Amino acid sequence: MTTSPATGAARLRAALPAGGEVALLPYVMAGFPSPSATVPCLLAAQAGGAAALELGIPFSDPLADGPTIQRAGQAALRQGMTPAAALASVAEARRSGLTVPVAVMTYLNPVLQRGVDRFCREAAAAGVDAVLVPDLPADEAQDLAGAAAASGLGFVAMVAPTSTPERIAAAARLATGFVYCVAQVGVTGARDIVPPSAVELLDRVGRVTTVPRALGFGLSRRAHVVALRGHAEGAVVASALLDRLGSGADDPAELMRRAVAELCGR
Amino acid sequence: MADRPAAPSGPPERGRFGRYGGQFVPETVMPALDELAREAPAALADPAFQEELGRLMHTYAGRPTPTYRAERLTAHHGGAQLWLKREDLLHTGAHKLNNALGQVLLARRMGKRRIVAETGAGQHGVATATACARVGLPCVVYMGDEDMRRQAVNVYKMRLLGATVEPVESGSATLKDATSAAIRDWVTTVADTHYVIGSVVGPHPYPWLVRTLQAVIGVEARAQVLDQAGRLPHTVVACVGGGSNAIGIFSGFLGDAGVRLLGVEAGGRGLDGPAHAATLVAGRPGVLHGAFSYLLQDPDGQVLATHSISAGLDYPGVGPEHSQLRDSGRAGYAAVEDGAALAAFHRCTRLEGIIPALETAHALAAAGDLAAGLPAEEVVLVSFSGRGDKDVDTVRALGERTDHRSDEVGP
Repeated sequence: MTTSPATGAARLRAALPAGGEVALLPYVMAGFPSPSATVPCLLAAQAGGAAALELGIPFSDPLADGPTIQRAGQAALRQGMTPAAALASVAEARRSGLTVPVAVMTYLNPVLQRGVDRFCREAAAAGVDAVLVPDLPADEAQDLAGAAAASGLGFVAMVAPTSTPERIAAAARLATGFVYCVAQVGVTGARDIVPPSAVELLDRVGRVTTVPRALGFGLSRRAHVVALRGHAEGAVVASALLDRLGSGADDPAELMRRAVAELCGR
Repeated sequence: MADRPAAPSGPPERGRFGRYGGQFVPETVMPALDELAREAPAALADPAFQEELGRLMHTYAGRPTPTYRAERLTAHHGGAQLWLKREDLLHTGAHKLNNALGQVLLARRMGKRRIVAETGAGQHGVATATACARVGLPCVVYMGDEDMRRQAVNVYKMRLLGATVEPVESGSATLKDATSAAIRDWVTTVADTHYVIGSVVGPHPYPWLVRTLQAVIGVEARAQVLDQAGRLPHTVVACVGGGSNAIGIFSGFLGDAGVRLLGVEAGGRGLDGPAHAATLVAGRPGVLHGAFSYLLQDPDGQVLATHSISAGLDYPGVGPEHSQLRDSGRAGYAAVEDGAALAAFHRCTRLEGIIPALETAHALAAAGDLAAGLPAEEVVLVSFSGRGDKDVDTVRALGERTDHRSDEVGP
């Protein structure tokens, strides 16, 4: 048994090795479909084969998100989910056997209101490995990236199909956990196809950094994940999972486990 | 007399007004913001662009708008003279066209083929739809469900003008949610679409661009009040939702250290409860819609639902330059509640024969109170941001439930 790397960034890089299968990063919205489902869903995603996880902390005005994540976030907020409770659910999941790296995804304002340094310290203490903030472009991200590093957290920078080479380089310089590559010109939400421009973007990023690349926004099925082999180290699936969780009366954790296993080809 | 926007100063460094402002948006639109930050100053510095904008402002929009001495309102309140900068007389009935026409011309110059906008009261939506009809660009306006109900006439006007009005049901179904929906549209269509934001809010360079296009209000008003009243105002008063008419008129007087500036926010049903939109009076700094500025939010940073009788002030954020002016003390900010605004609406209508927008009525209420305590030789200048035709249904519905306020107005 090897010891776990010392920083969140190193743990994420280890979970997303180059040249292997495309690793799956399922997204769990804290508090959706209910606050009590968060910890079971995190554990179920790991059981289904997740290499790492994204945990969404709901925000009232999520500019980068389409209807599925908007509705899930609103439902979570209505049921009282908070940033503190979301971080506590990571700590609880760790005590219950969650070992894969976790990146928290939230918008800038909840982080600012808690205090950038304090948020990173509390996240690290709860067992979080990295932070991802979709309304914080590289130009404005120095403070958070610095605070994350000081707390031993990785920083996930985002690039989009519209990013210029200069902007991709700037994001790659800041990224320590992975570079989140946005597959669509648009907001989150399950789509039927991964556009060719997404693969071009992954290749552009791969030419300027050795930090792992994960593709997200629109991925919804196993074939999407498989098609990224050789272009990405990770694939993020969010809205497609929330659609499944929100659709049935079945146990959300079991729905999560099955859906993740399917996406992993198990 | 200035009949076009003042020669622009350059955009602020890194888009900051002091510590406020910035660009907190998804990466997807950052290249488009960079393009706008390059192209907008270039256009505004181009004599051909300025010539066309100035000509349309004069012959199409009706600039310069007059500054009017409101003698009967002055007599009612006693004290200082009330003067009104009549943006209600601008084409489409509010100051919004100053910005919308400028931005739509800019979008055409940048080769954009489609326009999106958000609207609260519908005035910015109507102004943008109007500019798009004039220039020949397709226009989509996002508007909250609740606001579409409150401002049905403006919805129909936008459709007459050829715009598509997209209802927004999320959140509180008002301006905040319409703005989020417009930004999401822009994130998806950014290659060929320009987003015409309606106030001095949003990511850099919008607060600077909208300020520059609205600065004509202050340039004209300063010259007019000096010419007609023979002195500078004691105080300039304007309502503040996002804050564009206020920044427009304030900008003309920022250099006059002796002129006080007063922004008036929506006090709704009172600041002791949650039903208001008094961002600068009762909020604290945070990030919404791409900028760091004062914000009505809970302790975790979730943005709060707001309330105002006036759809145009019903917004939990505010332009970053206002946050800087508040902190520096250069401008003061106060809140006027629904009832006081409604009373001012009736007072102005009865005494001056001018039906004000409910947004404007907030400024009139505060200006009347202020004037009452000042000597008769002083001038209080009000940014009369819009006319009240759009609010007649709202006021009629209230009138059927409560007493008419006419009795307190006098003959």
